[in-house]
Amino acid sequence: MALLEVDDLSVVFTRKGEQPVVAVDGVSFDVDPGQTVGLVGESGCGKSVTALAIMGLLPRRGVRVSGSVRFDGTELLGLPAAAMRDRRGRDLGMVFQDPLSSLNPVVPIGLQITEVLERHRRTPRKKAMVQAGDLLTRVGIPDPRRRLDEYPHQLSGGMRQRALIAMALACRPKLLLADEPTTALDVTIQAQILALLAELVRAGDTDLGDTDLGDTALVMITHDLGVVAGLCDEVNVLYGGRVVERGPRHPLFAAPHHPYTVGLLASVPRLDGPRGQRLSPIRGSVSDNIPWTSGCAFAPRCPNVLGACTSVTPEMEFGPDERLLRCHNPVPAPQEVRA
Amino acid sequence: MLRYTVRRFGQLILVVAALSVLLFAWLRSLPGGPVSALLGERATPESRAQLQAVLGLDRPVHVQYFQFLGRAASGDFGVSTGVQPGDDALSIFLQRFPATLELSLLAIVLAVAAGIPLGYVAARRRGGWLDNAGVVSSLVGVAVPVFFLAFLLKYVFAVELGMLPTSGRQNAGIDATRVTGFFVLDGLLTREWDASWDALKHLMLPALALSSIPFAVVFRITRAAVLDVLDEDYVRTAYSKGLTDTVIRGRHVLRNAMLPVVTIIGLQTGALLSGAVLTEKVFAFQGVGEALAIGFERRDYPVLQVVIIAAAMVYVLVNLIVDLSYAVIDPRVRT
Ligand SMILES: Nc1ncnc2c1ncn2[C@@H]1O[C@H](COP(=O)(O)OP(=O)(O)OP(=O)(O)O)[C@@H](O)[C@H]1O
Ligand SMILES: [Mg+2]
Repeated sequence: MALLEVDDLSVVFTRKGEQPVVAVDGVSFDVDPGQTVGLVGESGCGKSVTALAIMGLLPRRGVRVSGSVRFDGTELLGLPAAAMRDRRGRDLGMVFQDPLSSLNPVVPIGLQITEVLERHRRTPRKKAMVQAGDLLTRVGIPDPRRRLDEYPHQLSGGMRQRALIAMALACRPKLLLADEPTTALDVTIQAQILALLAELVRAGDTDLGDTDLGDTALVMITHDLGVVAGLCDEVNVLYGGRVVERGPRHPLFAAPHHPYTVGLLASVPRLDGPRGQRLSPIRGSVSDNIPWTSGCAFAPRCPNVLGACTSVTPEMEFGPDERLLRCHNPVPAPQEVRA
Repeated sequence: MLRYTVRRFGQLILVVAALSVLLFAWLRSLPGGPVSALLGERATPESRAQLQAVLGLDRPVHVQYFQFLGRAASGDFGVSTGVQPGDDALSIFLQRFPATLELSLLAIVLAVAAGIPLGYVAARRRGGWLDNAGVVSSLVGVAVPVFFLAFLLKYVFAVELGMLPTSGRQNAGIDATRVTGFFVLDGLLTREWDASWDALKHLMLPALALSSIPFAVVFRITRAAVLDVLDEDYVRTAYSKGLTDTVIRGRHVLRNAMLPVVTIIGLQTGALLSGAVLTEKVFAFQGVGEALAIGFERRDYPVLQVVIIAAAMVYVLVNLIVDLSYAVIDPRVRT
């Protein structure tokens, strides 16, 4: 059974005196235990809102959430606040985009880690502090004893993100949601953090007593296909608040079938690509979208557009290569083009 | 940190020096003067000139000033001419200062004890009835003149209901032992509980009147700061860890929201001192504020000089303490 089943999740922001904003529009995807799943898409396609909805962290007022989020067999939407609070930090952890603003500036790093252990495991402060030191070692922070007493502004960007990862993984959650965890970091640091995440969620056998990590399912949220390429077992491509293509990483990268995925891939610089090849960004912008109810939201920007695309809403169906697609006119695989 | 403190003390000396010059010149440019105050408007020119000479006011202002400095250096600030004529101005101040300190501290404690929790709750329930009530009452708190509030409280609770004393610091009938000059504290130290209780009852109404403006300001700053902090990413992180409300409130929201509040408490010292002048007058509360009010009416230069310079020093010192406590709360300031 899947660990996380998101089914037809929709989030609508309703502000008084303003048009409702449909941020997430019927997203469905599953995550198996220990699996790493990518959620990829342009800015504004609803990635963060999806993650916040799963965590139950959306504002209480002015938001309508519908659909279903089942975690470990329990429906999370509509769960009483206290029950959800017990799961957050214990069963579900989250790492955010900007490590500096995501850490409390006036609380030492050590306490920001131990408070999770104190809350969910009732570990006494002293013992929790020792574990926090071990966790910092585990996430690759040198001289952890000293770092425990330091404040976020005394750490480098990479170290801050490592510390946040340590907090999110302190209670060994079954699921970690990482929302663009590397976007705010230097390129070299980005690679290190991604490698660390990959190692932490996979390594199930490292024995560090109470703080051994691993066997954690990971939902990796990013607008960068390069990030997904090195990490994810399965990839969901989001457009306009819906999943438009889903598949295992290698086949999806080798042969993307949705015109949007093709466009995304073409706009990523590749070291192995032919020299001098121009990067081709997707034309237009998200503001050109049409509502999903009147066709395909991507149609106005799509190079493969057909008449049906602006009149019939495409459903999630198996396309070429048994790939799940939401498209009336998928792009054929490269070898088919050559043939 | 040490260098910082030393520099601030240097600033303190400069501020006091500049202030003493301005104050000296300003007092002597006011219409009337101690001589008219003492002898009345109809005194003969001869007797006026005589008293003028006795008080040393016939000499040029700059000569008077250096004379004042020279004596002040040895702790002699002159003799009161109006407040308690014949008494040493510095002793008048020292004798009254504990009363005002006691009053101001209680007022600030009331303002903080009510303003911070209410500000927090108002921000959490933004737009709710408690928020609206708080915002309205804080507007009223700032708008209603302190002396009016003092009269109103005195009239309702002391005169009409007779629940609390109308004036003074302690009932004459209570034969209290003096230790520090802080009446409530004295009673606690000497275990004369009735004396403490009586002094506290005398403090209640003036402190309440005096706390109205600091309360309003603390409430509004707390509310605004909490609203800002609630939007911060680190509060979302705290929620993502499943922490309890108590921990999120104290460690993550209030500790950050306190930074602007602490600053504002320091700046309120000035408002507190000017408020004390009015409240002490209304309640005949024998503090520094009352001395200042009477000193102004009777143009008591020595008392006014001591009190105003001391008030400036208190103001600068309080703000130094505020800056230092800021560094305790915010580690980013420390390094
Ligand atoms: N609190 C909110 N109130 C109103 N609209 C919101 C709110 N939060 C997000 N939205 C809207 O929801 C949509 C999806 O936002 P979301 O943050 O999920 O995008 P994203 O995919 O994470 O983009 P990015 O890559 O920029 O982080 C956007 O159009 C955004 O304007
Ligand atoms: Mg986002």
